[in-house]
Amino acid sequence: MPGTESKHKVRDVNVRMLRGGDGPPVLFLHGANGLPQWLPFFEMIAARCDLRVPEHPGYGTSDNPAWLRDIGDLAMYYLDFLDALDEPKVHLVGQSLGGWTAAEMAVRNCTRIASLTLLGPAGLRVKGIPCGDNFIWDAEENVRNLFHDQSIADRLLAMPVSDDDADIALGNRFTTAKLGWQPRWYSPALERWLHRITVPTQVIWGENDKLFPKDYAARWGERIPGCTVTVIPECGHIPAIEKPDITAKKVLELVGRS
Amino acid sequence: MQFTFFHLMPYRPLDMVERHKHRSGWVVLPNALYDPKKGADEYQSYIDQLVYAEKLGFDVIAVNEHHQTAYGLMPAPNLIAANLIARTSKAKIAIIGRALPLVNNPVNIAEEFAMLDNLSRGRIVTGFVRGIGNEYHSTGINPFFSHERYQEAHDLIVQAWTKPGPFSFEGEHFNIRYVNLWPRPYQSPHPEIWIPSMGSSETVKWAAAPERKYPFLVTFSARDLIARYLNAYRDQARAYGYEASPNQVGFASPVYVADTDERARKEAAAGIETLFNDFLATPFQMLLPPGYSALQSMKNTMRMRKALGATKRHTIDELMASGTVVVGSPKTVRDHLARLRDDTQAGKLITMLQFGTLSDELTKRNMEMFASEVMPHLRD
Repeated sequence: MPGTESKHKVRDVNVRMLRGGDGPPVLFLHGANGLPQWLPFFEMIAARCDLRVPEHPGYGTSDNPAWLRDIGDLAMYYLDFLDALDEPKVHLVGQSLGGWTAAEMAVRNCTRIASLTLLGPAGLRVKGIPCGDNFIWDAEENVRNLFHDQSIADRLLAMPVSDDDADIALGNRFTTAKLGWQPRWYSPALERWLHRITVPTQVIWGENDKLFPKDYAARWGERIPGCTVTVIPECGHIPAIEKPDITAKKVLELVGRS
Repeated sequence: MQFTFFHLMPYRPLDMVERHKHRSGWVVLPNALYDPKKGADEYQSYIDQLVYAEKLGFDVIAVNEHHQTAYGLMPAPNLIAANLIARTSKAKIAIIGRALPLVNNPVNIAEEFAMLDNLSRGRIVTGFVRGIGNEYHSTGINPFFSHERYQEAHDLIVQAWTKPGPFSFEGEHFNIRYVNLWPRPYQSPHPEIWIPSMGSSETVKWAAAPERKYPFLVTFSARDLIARYLNAYRDQARAYGYEASPNQVGFASPVYVADTDERARKEAAAGIETLFNDFLATPFQMLLPPGYSALQSMKNTMRMRKALGATKRHTIDELMASGTVVVGSPKTVRDHLARLRDDTQAGKLITMLQFGTLSDELTKRNMEMFASEVMPHLRD
């Protein structure tokens, strides 16, 4: 059953939001490519939880407020977003750019965060191991390099792209550049403050991630107290798409424990 | 017309087979392909050509800035300008331009231009550009903020030149407690600022504004586009309530003149085709990184590319037919340029008489032919 779609307003910003399922509240923050359709992974989470998936300000058909200048602004927006929910705490799950946002939220304030799952998050620099350059990759590379299983890339690349889809993808890319181009995919201060994350936290990484190599996972694990690290074999940058079963299982386990 | 001899300083000994093993001649082209001994010879040839242009009667000799590319060996064009100051005496020396958003403190640009203006006793012309998309990859500067940084840097530089210092500049990107230029520029209120452009409507509107009236130069575009953009500038000036002077509009083109059309085409072909296909060619995501152009104009570009399909190599015939390059006998070149001048009232012509792999010998002949057979006919 696909999630229901609505407009959700927090302060001056309307965002598109998908929602499905019943149970403990989970908030999923999407990656740089924007809000995908209702994924099998979402279905697995929604089977046991009340899952909300907002489309970030600056992406898709959500508002694009002028105040959104950097990743810290996006994190502060989502702290407002949590305050405005009718829930004392939510379980936070973030993919890549969304994982970075979730970590930036958690170092600022964990009060409304029940647990934190970071899926191949951006946000840290590991010297000597540069991230892949998704801005210099062409359109095809930008699909192929995200997946270990190239049949997924083949399928995505074979899908027709309407002008509207192309326009949305381009708008998303503008916001992604704004947030991630400089410094490339990290905040210099974030690593210094990761010890402030005091909620149960896990990091999940694709062993074959070409955007953020799996070595980054260990750094997150070292810096966040009590953080567990799972590296999934034969998996690229998006475990939620490439290995939905194990990823959903890990998320639900942490939700169950926290 | 005012005549400018403009140089890009391409690295001609580039191994073109190796070049095409890489996605671009910019940013990722390994610098092992650069041989310093050959490169030093290139600098010497090119500076000699710029100096010779003054002797041939060009009003302006011009250089520009590009980074991490075989397309142009001038990451620091002011160094070339300083050299030209010492070797010339009359010609204006134009640096068109410096890429303002790429620096972290634009006061440095204001200072360097002011120094050059003093050293040359007022022969400097400046140009303000944003840099080509590739340069946001090579510098790491965020293309999303390119326009904002450009506007701020422009304001800061002009204020540094004109406002009594010390003063504070408070911008979003540049926040400088003490702006107090030593030396101030030689020319008063400041050196001319030219705006080379690919014709974006935002730039037209900004450059034509009455408080600026900056000369607007359309670069390396097809004849129809040159006419359209220059007339858009004139229309914009009228909308602001004044008539643009010929000195406010111009265009830049590769030009090649020989005694017959056939000979000109034959001699220019390799140079022109390497310029467009080997030196300049770069993939879309490098040329137009996200935010470099406004969202709507980038959407349009993407639709156009989708409609056009895969890009193929440009031929000299196609580039001549579109009027992107001007190649032919003196009469052909004169007629082409005179028509464009009459259609646009352009008063500035920026010629690029060395392009791509064009040799020293053919460049010299081209310069002499242009100066003796074309220039006098187009003088006012």
